[in-house]
Amino acid sequence: MIDEALARWKRHPAALAVGIALVAVALAVLPFALTANFGTTWVRITNFAILYIFLALGLNIVVGFAGLLDLGYIAFYAVGAYAYALLASPHFGLHLPFWAILPIGAAVAAIFGILLGAPTLKLRGDYLAIVTLGFGEIVRIFLNNLDQPVNITNGPRGIARIDPVRIDGVSFGVTDRLGGLVVTGPIKYYYLLLALVVVVIFINVRLQNSRIGRAWEAIREDEVAARAMGISTVHMKLLAFAMGACFGGIAGGMFAAIQTFISPESFVLVESVMVLAMVVLGGMGNIWGVILGALLLSFVPEILRFTVEPLQRQLFGRMLVEPEVIRMLIFGFALVLIMILRPGGLWPSAVRKRELAARDGAAPR
Amino acid sequence: MDIFIQQVINGLTLGAVYAVVALGYTMVYGIIQLINFAHGEVVMIGAMIAFSVIVALAPGGLPPLVVVLIATGCAIPVCMFLGYAMERVAYRPLRGAPRLAPLITAIGVSIILQHFAMMIWGRSPLPFPQVITTVGYDVGGATITNVQIVILVVSTAMMTALALMVYRTKFGAAMRATAQNPQIAGLMGIDTDRVIAATFVIGAGMAAVAGVMVANYYGIAHYTMGAPLGLKAFCAAVLGGIGNLPGAMLGGILLGVVEALGAGYIGDLTGNWFGSNYQDVFAFIVLILVLVFRPQGLLGERVGERA
Repeated sequence: MIDEALARWKRHPAALAVGIALVAVALAVLPFALTANFGTTWVRITNFAILYIFLALGLNIVVGFAGLLDLGYIAFYAVGAYAYALLASPHFGLHLPFWAILPIGAAVAAIFGILLGAPTLKLRGDYLAIVTLGFGEIVRIFLNNLDQPVNITNGPRGIARIDPVRIDGVSFGVTDRLGGLVVTGPIKYYYLLLALVVVVIFINVRLQNSRIGRAWEAIREDEVAARAMGISTVHMKLLAFAMGACFGGIAGGMFAAIQTFISPESFVLVESVMVLAMVVLGGMGNIWGVILGALLLSFVPEILRFTVEPLQRQLFGRMLVEPEVIRMLIFGFALVLIMILRPGGLWPSAVRKRELAARDGAAPR
Repeated sequence: MDIFIQQVINGLTLGAVYAVVALGYTMVYGIIQLINFAHGEVVMIGAMIAFSVIVALAPGGLPPLVVVLIATGCAIPVCMFLGYAMERVAYRPLRGAPRLAPLITAIGVSIILQHFAMMIWGRSPLPFPQVITTVGYDVGGATITNVQIVILVVSTAMMTALALMVYRTKFGAAMRATAQNPQIAGLMGIDTDRVIAATFVIGAGMAAVAGVMVANYYGIAHYTMGAPLGLKAFCAAVLGGIGNLPGAMLGGILLGVVEALGAGYIGDLTGNWFGSNYQDVFAFIVLILVLVFRPQGLLGERVGERA
C-alpha cells in the first residue's frame, strides 16, 4: 500500500521535489523544536535512534540482503566503540582526530567481520546464528577481562573521558551560540549523525540493486543455484559480513564519542537481539522498512518511559507498578502482536510480499 | 588428580541440567524448526514458583524432601501451562510465516516473562531456601554432595523417560512423524497441532524441574537467571546436532564438563594469563570449533537443502 502510494508520487517530479524539501526542512528544524518543547533529553534520544538506524541498516545487509542470520552483530559496534575509545582518550594518552579514527574503526570492524565470516561460510541458518551469538559473547567477555595481565580495555570499569568529536576547532562536546541560536552538543551531533546516515542510506539504496546486491539476493534465495550461476558465494558472503560490520563499527565510534564513556555492559546479547528485532519488525530487506523499525523500537520505549508514570498517577493516584516493568511488558506484547498481524514486518520488501502472497494461495512449501 | 575428578563431577552435574533444558530446545526445533528463545525463561519461572512454595511451606514443619517435592509439583503444571499458552498465542498463528517472524515473537515472549517475573518477585536475587541440608561424600579425593547426586539421578531418569516415550510409544511415533514431514503426518491421521502443543508442554515440564534443580544447586533465584542458562542449553543442543535428542543429551553433558575443566585448568595452562573468568569463552570456542569441522553438530545428520 505504502509502496503503491510512493510509486504514484514518484511520477510527479515537482511533487517529489517539494516532498523532499519539506522532509529536509523538518529534519533541520527538528532538534531545535525538540529542545524547545521537550528538552535536550529528546535530542539525545533522537541521536541514539539515528545510531540504531546505522546498526539496523548494517545488520540488514547481512540478514536482509544476504540472508545470513547474525545474532552477535553488536560485537562490531563494540569493536568500533573501543577502537575510538582507545585512540582518543587518556587511557593510552592517544588523541587522534575524528576523521582519522572513524575509518580506522570501520576497518577494524570489517576485519572482525571477515574473521567471523571466514570460518562460518559452511554453516547454514541456525548453526550460523549460534556461532555468531557465541562470537558476540566472546568479544564481550574479552573486553570485560582484558584489564590484566596487560591493561588494554580497562575491564568492567570501561573507558572514560573519551574525546568528543572536534572538527575544524569546533568541539561537539560543548554548547555554542550562533547569533541568537543556542546550539548544544547533542544538536551538533544530531547534524553530524544525520549527514552520516544520509550517506549510509544512499550507499544502501545503491547497493541493493547493484551487481553485488543482486548476488546477495540470489544467495539468500538459493545458494546452490547462485553458485551455479557463477556467483562466488565465498566472496559475496564475506563482503556482506565485512560491509555490515563496517557500518556497525562506524556507529560504535560515534557512540563512544557521544557518550564519552563506554563499558562492556553496553554490548550485551540483548542489544544484538534488539537490532535484529528492528530489522525483522520493520521489514527485512526493505531499507525504508528497516529504518521505520529502528525508529519505532528506539522511540516507543522512551515515549512509554515518559508517559507510563504520570498516567498511573492520574488513574490510580499512586504508582502501582514500576514504569520500567510496564514499559517492557507493553514492548514485549507489541513485538508479539505486530509479528502475528504482519509476519513480513511492518513494511515488507516487494520480494517478500510476493512470497507471502504466493504462500497464502498455493500449496504450502 | 582429585581436582580433575572434582571438576568432572561438577561438570557432569551442570551438564545434566544443560541437557534437560537442551532437550526442550531440540524437541521444538526438531518439529517446527523454531528456536524457542523463551525456553530459558520457562526454567526461570519454574525456579521462582518453587521458591514461593518453599518459602510458604518451610515454617510448616513438613519434612524437607516433601516440601521440595510439593514445590516441584507446583512448578511443573504452571510451566506446562505456560508452554502451552506460549505455543498457542505466539507461535501457532505464525506457522508458515517467514522463518524469522516467530523468532521475534519468541523474543517478545521472553521479554514479557522476564518482566512479569520482575514485577512479582522483585529485582534483587532471591536466596533459594536450602531446606535440604547438603551432605558431602568422598569420591577418590573429591566431594560429591547429595544435591549433585539428586540432580544427576533426576536428570537421567527424565531423559530416559523422554527417550522411551519418543522411541517406544505411539505418541512418540506421532512426534517423530510430525518432525519428518508435518503434511504427510497430517494425512496419516495425526493431529499435528496437538503433537506440537504437547511437545511444548513436555519441554516446559522438564524445564520446570531443571529450574528447581539449578536454583537449589546455586542457592539463588533471579528473574534474569533464565537467559544465560537457556543460552548454554541452546549451545548444547546445537553442539549435539539440533533436532536430535541423544545429541542434546551428549551436547549438554559435554558442554558442562568442558566448562568445568576449562574453568579449573585454564589458569594453569596459560600461566595465569587467563583466569576462570574466561569460562564462558571456553564453551563458545569449543562450540565454534566443533561446528567448523562438523557443521551439522556431533550427532546431527547432514540434511539436504530445504527450500
